[in-house]
Amino acid sequence: MSNTATVHEAEVHGVHDAHHEHHHHETFISKYVFSQDHKMIARQFLITGMIWAIIGGLFSVLFRLQLGYPNTTFPWLEDLLGHWAKGGKLQPEFYYALVTMHGTILVFFVLTAGLSGTFANFLIPLQIGARDMASPMLNMLSYWFFFLASIIMFSSLFVQTGPASGGWTIYPPLSALGDASSGSKIGMDLWLASMAMFVVSSLLGGLNYITTILNMRTKGMSMTRMPLTIWALFFTAVLGVLSFPVLLSGAILLLFDRNLGTSFFLSDIVVNGKILPNEGGSAILFQHLFWFLGHPEVYIILLPAMGMSSEIISVNSRKPIFGYMAMVGSLFAIAILAFLVWAHHMFVTGLNPFLGAFFVLLTLLIAVPSAIKVFNWLTTLWRANIRFTPAMLFAIGFVSLFISGGLTGIFLGNSALDIHLHDTYFVVAHFHIVMGVASFMGMFAGVYHWFPKMYGRFLNNTLGYIHFWVTIIGAYLIFWPMHYEGLAGMPRRYYDFSAWESFKMFGGLNEFISFVSMIVFAAQLLFVFNFFYSIFKGRKVKDTNPWGANTLEWTTPIRPGHGNWVGEIPEVHRGAYDYGKDGREFIPQTEPVGENESHH
Amino acid sequence: MSTVAIEQRKKIHPTMFTLWVGIASIVMMFAGLTSAYIVKRNQANWISFDLPLVFWYSTAVIIISSITLQMSHKAFKQREMAKYRSLVIVSLSLGLLFIVMQGIGFNQLWIKGITLTKNVSFSFLYVIVGLHSLHVLGGVIALLVLFANAFSAKVRNYNIVPLEVISTYWHFVDLLWIYLLVFLLMIR
Repeated sequence: MSNTATVHEAEVHGVHDAHHEHHHHETFISKYVFSQDHKMIARQFLITGMIWAIIGGLFSVLFRLQLGYPNTTFPWLEDLLGHWAKGGKLQPEFYYALVTMHGTILVFFVLTAGLSGTFANFLIPLQIGARDMASPMLNMLSYWFFFLASIIMFSSLFVQTGPASGGWTIYPPLSALGDASSGSKIGMDLWLASMAMFVVSSLLGGLNYITTILNMRTKGMSMTRMPLTIWALFFTAVLGVLSFPVLLSGAILLLFDRNLGTSFFLSDIVVNGKILPNEGGSAILFQHLFWFLGHPEVYIILLPAMGMSSEIISVNSRKPIFGYMAMVGSLFAIAILAFLVWAHHMFVTGLNPFLGAFFVLLTLLIAVPSAIKVFNWLTTLWRANIRFTPAMLFAIGFVSLFISGGLTGIFLGNSALDIHLHDTYFVVAHFHIVMGVASFMGMFAGVYHWFPKMYGRFLNNTLGYIHFWVTIIGAYLIFWPMHYEGLAGMPRRYYDFSAWESFKMFGGLNEFISFVSMIVFAAQLLFVFNFFYSIFKGRKVKDTNPWGANTLEWTTPIRPGHGNWVGEIPEVHRGAYDYGKDGREFIPQTEPVGENESHH
Repeated sequence: MSTVAIEQRKKIHPTMFTLWVGIASIVMMFAGLTSAYIVKRNQANWISFDLPLVFWYSTAVIIISSITLQMSHKAFKQREMAKYRSLVIVSLSLGLLFIVMQGIGFNQLWIKGITLTKNVSFSFLYVIVGLHSLHVLGGVIALLVLFANAFSAKVRNYNIVPLEVISTYWHFVDLLWIYLLVFLLMIR
């Protein structure tokens, strides 16, 4: 095998060598549409993700209108949404559809595909020293399956009965019975079809990322010399490859229940006075299958943000990351624990309390690797000569949100406390801070930091600073008060709180939250403007290594072609974090270790 | 190129590696289904039933197909291309036969009143065995492509990687079936 493998290798990758750029004649279609260049695929993921983020964010503004101003009518809403906002007021069915779509879009389409898809594609080959992914073809397919999933999900917004509305967790029976609600009809079918495509996309991507990281590293790039971004993206891909199939098996059983009359998840159900024949199913079983994916999924969202923040914090602190091996070890620990804590989403489903205690223990254990990471970020920042670039601010913002959102996780991880807090706004506040906004911070940090490599131009700094401060202050103003609402018992998923005497006192607070959410949404539009404006008009990058970073992507030309390096791929001689060593600001990974060099 | 090629020589081929990660992914899918099966079995309204005899024969068929595919692998290495081609066609026919026999098994169960929707335990059998057959079908299609390629000019390169990848997958679905059969016999 070894000989033929090498020959094969030469067939596939030999063409990329040395002067390959001269004998590639790319058409518009092969360069921008069906591209097999990992950098172009990354940009496709990023821009598709941004479009989804705008749609998903807009949905949250719309349902915040209802929550903040439950007794006001907005005639323009009816013009915009037709019968979904009859009389200028969101209809309850559409409210739930918006919440469901907001969750689905942000969790899967933006923070999974948009985040991993973008940065795993962009950074893995560039930072490990590879010409492209192990299989550029599978990589391209991964994007196009995501695109197909996007089209299907988008079209579900326009069907007459509305998109899926049973929550992004698609619990049966709402998701299993077409008659259960208007969103359970064709909207739900489209949701399932779209997510099937999405799972295929994630699996193809994940297979490729893992294989590329383990097999395609350049000479000298041992695993322990890899930047932390690559470690994080590696564990993310492993989580995805092992957890998405379980969601798929749950979805297959759900499809059988929906369409073929089986009773995996259904039992003793009456719809509109009609008794259904389904017997012996268990809705809880679906929750187990779902959360076995669902919990690793939150780390699929979070780990890339952790990795990128680690890298950006170290580069802009001009200091080595504190405790590199501890950072890798804690990522590993988080990845393992991610698979062992799913039932903490189910403490109030009648779970055996002894089993619950086991899951409490494992859940609280996550605090250990998380605390290691926070400690190491803070010690990296400690007494550093910090450059407050927008990317750095977002990375620090990530750390801030990860701390404040992580702490409330300790509350929720206790099954006894969770009985009170479950399904209240406390949970909404917790996961939006720790996984939603924190991951967005990591993603923004990545975009600001690597935009020069992606487009050969810089993003505008002033707009970047405005974007950062409005986003982080706004995020705290939106989600911090929700903790109080949750502690006071205000439940999630209610359409109109003014109907309850006990929650009327939160009317003003809800209005405030809704108001801030509109401002924060506007700030994101500012970022979108900055992004597209800078692609064409941004300040040009003059230096191949504008941030003075050690990693390999900055040894490529300013606008690298397909194949990344002109000539040989550089050899690596050291880890990625030799900053401030022996009086030198930074020492790139490609520089051989000197004879008199000190050890850190 | 030279340094990369030398480094690559000692390592597993990336396509083969991708397959192994994919296998891990498929294992997780069936682990999810069989775990759900175990959980459900311990709840009320579970009916045990006997598997049809034809599943035993189909087991023999898929094991033989693995052996013939391994023999074709050997023939390929010794450059006995005619033998290689006939063994590939035998293996893929056996694969098809396996799928047909699973269908016959389904039919026998259905006639006995063990239908898809009557009881959860029946539903599980159809879903798990059916999904496995789909995976075998994937292997059959891959072998068909390989067989078509065996007549094209490219095979003169004697690149063994596609054959190795497909036969690894084939042995995997074979082992997966044996696991599922034992599982369905032991836990019902």
